Amino acid sequence: MIQHLTSLPVLLPMLAAIILLLPPCGKNLFARRLASSVMAIITFVVSVLLLITVHNEGINVYAIGNWSAPFGIVLVADMLSSLLVALTSFLGVMVVLYGCAGDDEHGSFFHPLIHFLILGVNGAFLTGDLFNVFVFFEVLLIASYALLMHGGGKQKTKAALHYVILNLVGSSAFLIGLGILYGVLGTLNIADMAQKISLLTGDDVYLAKAGGLLLLVVFALKSALLPLHLWLPNTYSSAAPVVAALFAIMTKVGVYAMLRVYTVMFGEQAGELEHMAQTWLWGLAIATIVVGAIGVLAAQDLRKITANLVLVSVGTLVALVSLQNINATAALLYYLVHSTLVCAALFLLADIISIQRGKVGDRLVAGRVVKQPFLLGTLFIIAALTVIGMPPFSGFVGKIWILKTTLNSENAMVFWPAYLITSLVLIIALARAGTSLFWEGKYTGSEPNDAPNAHPLQVIAIVGLLICSVMLVVFGGAISEYTIKAATQLHDISGGINAVLKGGV
Amino acid sequence: MELLYASCVGVLISCGVFLLLRARTFPVVLGLTMISYAVNLFLFSSGRLTTNKAVVLGTGADYADPLPQALVLTAIVIGFAMTAFVVILAIRGRADLGNDHVDGHLVKSKYKVRK
Repeated sequence: MIQHLTSLPVLLPMLAAIILLLPPCGKNLFARRLASSVMAIITFVVSVLLLITVHNEGINVYAIGNWSAPFGIVLVADMLSSLLVALTSFLGVMVVLYGCAGDDEHGSFFHPLIHFLILGVNGAFLTGDLFNVFVFFEVLLIASYALLMHGGGKQKTKAALHYVILNLVGSSAFLIGLGILYGVLGTLNIADMAQKISLLTGDDVYLAKAGGLLLLVVFALKSALLPLHLWLPNTYSSAAPVVAALFAIMTKVGVYAMLRVYTVMFGEQAGELEHMAQTWLWGLAIATIVVGAIGVLAAQDLRKITANLVLVSVGTLVALVSLQNINATAALLYYLVHSTLVCAALFLLADIISIQRGKVGDRLVAGRVVKQPFLLGTLFIIAALTVIGMPPFSGFVGKIWILKTTLNSENAMVFWPAYLITSLVLIIALARAGTSLFWEGKYTGSEPNDAPNAHPLQVIAIVGLLICSVMLVVFGGAISEYTIKAATQLHDISGGINAVLKGGV
Repeated sequence: MELLYASCVGVLISCGVFLLLRARTFPVVLGLTMISYAVNLFLFSSGRLTTNKAVVLGTGADYADPLPQALVLTAIVIGFAMTAFVVILAIRGRADLGNDHVDGHLVKSKYKVRK
């Protein structure tokens, strides 16, 4: 059992989705909710087990069908990927719990699709083979296409059309990039490619560079980096909030792929192609942060604000990817976990607020007051402080760490002002949002607020996500130690290559 | 053969991009299909173009690379699924939005249409 642990975070969601499609779960709502929650929790527990195992025993390589790398397909669980798998599974549990409060009735197949999405994301994190990154991308994308339409409506159809078409073009570019790299290197296993890139000579170097940069375009599209970010605010703000909360992990898949390709493959030992994406990534990342902040300031409702906050976090993450050193990668991992959780919490919170405010929804205008101002207000201020990066929550720790790691880089003169002014802008925007959502209410004493109270499961999901942000501070020492170890493991390229090519269960 | 093959891929891609830029769902779907054909051809060629070589049978030393064929097969299957999805979505969009423009509304013409 224990040697198959690496494959379970991919297999369990698939099993869960299939169970949920079959009778009795297919018809019976209660059975479906129960099965979905139980399977999500099992997946989470298994992911944590994998995390602990990898932490204690080092990189775990699982050769599917016992065909060893580089010819067979392998799943590679190192500290980085197992951390992200655990994060995804946790987010999955929270989203399923939130969905069980009633959001899953707005459309069919909510629960199976959630599990298919988790399957795709976990697979993309675990696979050690670039072509399978593509395959798992498609798995998570097709689940996300269907989830985006969950609930229906004009706005969603429009956003989905743009999103699907853009991603199909992106997938084509991904395949062309893969084709070029395969033609040059003769392999698609990431570890094997990393080994062979340094041996390239002559024109092959330029071909590999073209292939690698084409992949950069694809990953920039998936993670919504600046010129290719335009789809994100619309898509995320028109999706059902519970779906948008799960989507918070999807941009991070693009960042993860960048980390793998440009740190491991085109990393320190890539010869002529060493750090080839660095200059591009750095500039675009800062531009993304700035544009995201402008978007936050310009947004008219809470969901759009949150969607633009996702953009800001992507910009920050990519800036750290481009630094390509251990400390920056460790800060990146910490910030990634924090930003995914808090953005998801904000999406869910926006949903409850908009239900309780009736017609005005989550738009930043004077309207009916929320029914549970104390509960929602407290949650909102915690989430806002976390996402801005004010003490005492995890955003603050992440921000200090990021500023510290960028201090010595040559472009700190650009990054520091951009990042700090952005934080100021975020404070202003979120303070304004909180003011209009909670204070600018029209007190109409005559008509009682007939909106439903927040369902206990909804509160549990949001509190669960926000508690993690507190945990990230309380156990900050242990977690930062873990991320530093994970970053060291990622940057130890030859160690990784040896583990994948010589290992195998 | 290389020249013919390369031009074929190039023409397919450029037609596909042209159709994508039409911004109406039906041409866009056609364009996506063309691009995915071009991509499949391109992937196939990444194992080098050869003629009269055996598939891997374990007999000859000289064989065609089987991996791109496996990749193309996967890419075709995924491409089919995605195309099917985008067709259904386009139909849904036509029904929901009332026209087939990808933005959901037609660009207003500068010239008045005589009724």
